[in-house]
Parts: sequence; structure tokens; C-alpha cells
Amino acid sequence: MLTPLSDENPYGQDKVYDACGLIGIMDTTGQRFSGHDIVKGIVNMTERGNGLGSGFAVYGCYPEYADCYALHVMYTEPTSQAQVEGFLRQHFVLIHREEVPHNPTPGLRNPPLIWRYFVHAGGNDAGTRDEPEYVVARVMEVNTAGWGAYIYGSGKDVGVFKGVGFPEEIAGYFGIPEYRGYLWTAHNRFPTNTPGWWGGAHPFALLDWTVVHNGEISSYGTNRRYLEMRGYHCTMYTDTEVMAYAADLLMRRHRLPIEIAAKVLAPPLWTEIDRMSPQRQTLYRTLRQVYSMLLINGPFTVILARQGEMIGLTDRIRLRPLTAASNGNRLYLASEEAAIRLVSPYLERVWTPVGGEPVIGRLGMSLQPPELAVPEQASRQMTQALAFTSAV
Amino acid sequence: MDPIEEIASPEVVPHRLRVDAAHMHYRELNARLREAVADGVSYIELHNIYGQRYLGTDLHRMVEIHIYGTPGNDLASFMDGPRIVVHGNAQDGCANTMNGGAVIVHGRAGDATGHSMRGGQVFIRDDVGYRVAIHMKEYQDQRPVVVIGGTAQHFLGEYMAGGVLVVLGLTLRPGERHTANFIGTGMHGGVMYIRGELDPSQLGKEVGQVPLEESDHRLLTALVDEFAAHFHASAHAILSEPFTKLVPLSLRPYGRLYAY
Repeated sequence: MLTPLSDENPYGQDKVYDACGLIGIMDTTGQRFSGHDIVKGIVNMTERGNGLGSGFAVYGCYPEYADCYALHVMYTEPTSQAQVEGFLRQHFVLIHREEVPHNPTPGLRNPPLIWRYFVHAGGNDAGTRDEPEYVVARVMEVNTAGWGAYIYGSGKDVGVFKGVGFPEEIAGYFGIPEYRGYLWTAHNRFPTNTPGWWGGAHPFALLDWTVVHNGEISSYGTNRRYLEMRGYHCTMYTDTEVMAYAADLLMRRHRLPIEIAAKVLAPPLWTEIDRMSPQRQTLYRTLRQVYSMLLINGPFTVILARQGEMIGLTDRIRLRPLTAASNGNRLYLASEEAAIRLVSPYLERVWTPVGGEPVIGRLGMSLQPPELAVPEQASRQMTQALAFTSAV
Repeated sequence: MDPIEEIASPEVVPHRLRVDAAHMHYRELNARLREAVADGVSYIELHNIYGQRYLGTDLHRMVEIHIYGTPGNDLASFMDGPRIVVHGNAQDGCANTMNGGAVIVHGRAGDATGHSMRGGQVFIRDDVGYRVAIHMKEYQDQRPVVVIGGTAQHFLGEYMAGGVLVVLGLTLRPGERHTANFIGTGMHGGVMYIRGELDPSQLGKEVGQVPLEESDHRLLTALVDEFAAHFHASAHAILSEPFTKLVPLSLRPYGRLYAY
């Protein structure tokens, strides 16, 4: 049916409104595999997006520069390239630079110039702080400079490829199947509250953290202010960005294990805390008090990743979908089981993760029960945290 | 090649149909199904199903559909009459607002199975996700039934307004209990039977546990018999364990929420 609004909607009226699609695949032995599977999986969930964003993250894809920070830079103002490169030469040791290879892809509109720089932390002011802190500060400096340039990937041996388009288009544009890695995540975007632009596509990344997200972070304003006070500046016009910075703050800077960090982002309800043992109550109340501004409120599913680790997490009452599965050494996380089945028709285990409980894949870990998806009660880190709490 | 082909020659078995759905979009597939059912086909096999949505929606006749693969979200939504057998797992929203017919899943199902269901029957062999039978409802002779062979996750029967929800817990190990919390939060109609014991803390504020009566046992026996027939289980063994019956404490739990 045509309505007066028809002309204003470039995607026509024949649209089933939906949500984002996510998929992650990890080989826990570290064996690298091509991007063919992740593309197949995310393309199978094309229905979940609307062509306003898609992207991929891959770990272990730059073995020749594995010890370099791989700075991926998006130039929305191509004229800023000389300025940015001057900045990078001043603050880093530049090992290699190249334009990110891409293929002509009909249908993609105004792709920005995208380059990658393989660098060591160094330069005039290096050595004044620890290295990751130094890199984070430089990334924030470029992104907030107003140059029309964004460092949207900054991990060692981590590739991030994203843009405005359907998954098939973005995969084709960057030639995703030609990359190889041991851990892949992918996203298909259906923007709800924020604009669809190249920088706003997922994954969001900082150092080796990447995050793909389905949902809405209602607490964005609170989370953002908390993170800004700690040196993280949101520049991508999208709520998901805070999740990448929160992960970096909690797990790198504050050195919390993911089992604890998950309880900051998606804490148990107070009624659930009330029923816990006194010792456990102390831990959870402390977490909620110390990190109340990092509680991620609203419906979400995220796949977080860093070198050696892939984590699936939903909000505490599971208002967005996530299916987990395993077969042999491969751990799969996706919005829909069918996307996993298309990649791996036979699966040893398929399950619906509990809201607020992280599903964790680690290099070297067995995917056979009971080690996989250990309930928090049994996890070593949680036991240590409880011991710490009772000590204070 | 036309992906729909007759299994046998039309003269011999005119009502059977086999579809290879590889790479087929759900709109095309559902259009073919509507066409086939209108042509009087009564038995359909769908192969290579990978996430196609709304399968069986908008079909209003008795037809048997066997699905091989993983059907997409909202399987059998708004369906009224057909019987769908899934040889695999179902995703989220299975039987969403279904009005009549049956869905039998030889595997597990995702979140919100039986969402707003208003008639017909759903049998899931294994576990299900969150919010199963959320806002299921009944009216006069329309009384939907959802039977889960395994266990369910949180918010089971949330805002349930009618119908019968049975959870058998057959995937639990000996001594293991159901872990769902917030069971029946906002429930204001219908009945739940859960095999095994529950702690009162697992229940929502709006439900209460009551003893089973003779009529409950008769209903359970009929449903468990049917479950056992679908999945080759022992009805006797299932029925030998006690069930917990849950009913709403009020038909209008939020009636006074906005009244002063």
C-alpha cells in the first residue's frame, strides 16, 4: 500500500522490520580458517538487517605484522590523510602502510577512503605510560580531533572491516573470504536510534577488543559519561561504542575476569541477589555499587572478542536472541541457529545461553562439557573473587 | 529447474510434494506452499531448510508438512489447520499466534515458543528457551496446548492468559531440578503442569501452586500419551513422577495497577 510517506523511505514499503544479526566462530586450537564460513553465516541472516551496515572482525589475520598495532583508519575527509599520517609518524614507528584492498561493488554508496597502518608504539612521547594506555590515548586524540578521520581498529593481529551495505556487499567489497583467522565475528545492522554511516557499522574496536551488538543500550548516556571521565571518547554516534570501551576498562585496565565483568554489564536482579549466600551477596552488591554507571540497561546481545577469547553475553532477562553451539574445536554463537547449521550441519551441542551468563571460548580450552559454559558458581575466577571479598 | 517436483507421477500419488528449498527466500517458499495447498496437495516435504521464516503461515487446511533442517523464526505463525513435523530444531517464536493445527519438533526450540498462541497443539521433544507460551490465550472451545519434553528457561508462561502448558523435564539428570525463574509472572489464565518440584522463589508473584484433581490427571494422561506417541517415549514412566500444578491467583493481576 502506498502512503504519503512512501517517497521518503528509500527502502520502500515492502520491508519486514527486524533486528540486527550476529555470528561468531572460534577455533579453540587456534587453527586459522578462511572468511568463507562467517560470510555464509551472516549472509543467511540478511533478513535481520536493512542494508545500513555490516562488518567483520578477524583475529590472527596479519601474521606478517603480528607484533604491530594494526591501525585501521577511515577517512571521511580524504584530505586529512596527510595530517593523520603526520600524527602517526610523530607518535608511532610506522612499519608498513597500505590502502585496505577492496573490490568494485555496485550498490555501495560513497565508500570512504580506508587505510591500515602497522605500527609499534614509539615516538616522542612513548614510554611515559604503559603501551596499551598510550595507544588508546592516541586513538582518542585522532577520533576527537575533528579531522574527518577515525581509527576504528587498533589491535595487534586483528582486522576490522565494516561499512554501509548488506553483509554480502561488505564481504565482497573487502574480499572477506580471502582473509584467514582463528576467530571471526560478523554483524548485520538494522539501525534503530542512530544513523547508518560507515563509522557506525559494527564491529566497534579498541586495541584488540571488538564488539558486535544487537539491541539498544538505554543507559548509553550514563555509560558514556562514566567512560569519558576515564579517557574514552564516543565519536561514532552509536550506543554500541560504549560496550567496547567498557570491556577495555573492566578487563584490561581493571583486570577483572570476564566472569566478573559480565556481572557488571548484566548484573543479577536485586531479588536474585537477596537469595544468594551472604558472601556472594557482598560480592554482587559491591559490584553493583562500584560499577553502577556501567550497568548496561536495555535489551542486548553482544559478541565480544579479544586475542584468544570470544564471549557471548545477553542482557540479564535475555531480551535479544543468542544461540550457542559447538562441534569439535569450533565454538559458534549466532542470533539464529540456522546460520550455524549452514556452516556446520552437524553440531555436538546446541543451547540457549542464560541471560547475563557469558558463554566463553578460549584458546586451548576444551569444548566438551563440563568445561564449556561453566556456571559462575564453578568458575575459578568467581571463587577467587569471593575469597577476595570475604578477605576485605 | 522448478524446485518443486512431484515425488511420484501425478496419476499415482497426486497429493504429495517435495521441495528443495536451498537458497530459496521464505516469501517464495511460502507462496509455493499456499499454491500447493490450494491445489489440493496434502503431504509436503521441505528439504534444505536453513532459517526460512514463517513457514506454514497463512495455511488454512489440513495438510502434513515435514521440515528437514532448521526452520526460521515464527514457524507456523498464524497457522490454522496444518500439521508440521520438524526433523531438527525450531528457532524463536515457533507457533506465534497459531490458531489451529499442530507443530511437532523432534529437537529443541528457542525463545517465545507458543507466543500468543490461540489454538492447536505444540509438542517439543527437548528443551526450550525463554518466555515459552508468553501470552498464550483461550476462548470458548479454542484451548491451545504446549508440551515441552525437556526443561524451560526463565519467564515460562509469562502473562499467560489461557491454554495448557506442560513441562516434562525429561532432559534433566537424576536429582537435577528445573532452573527457570519468574515462572508465570503476570499469568492471569490457563494452567501449567510441571513435572518435578519447584521452589516457591521460582514462581512469579501472580501464580500459585494447587493440588491436582482427577480432571487434571485425565488431561495430563491424554497429553503425555500423545507426547509419548510422537517421540517413542514411555508415557507410564513419565506419569509415574509427580507434577506441580500452577494457576493464576487472579484473573486481573494488574487491574488495580493504575487505579488510585
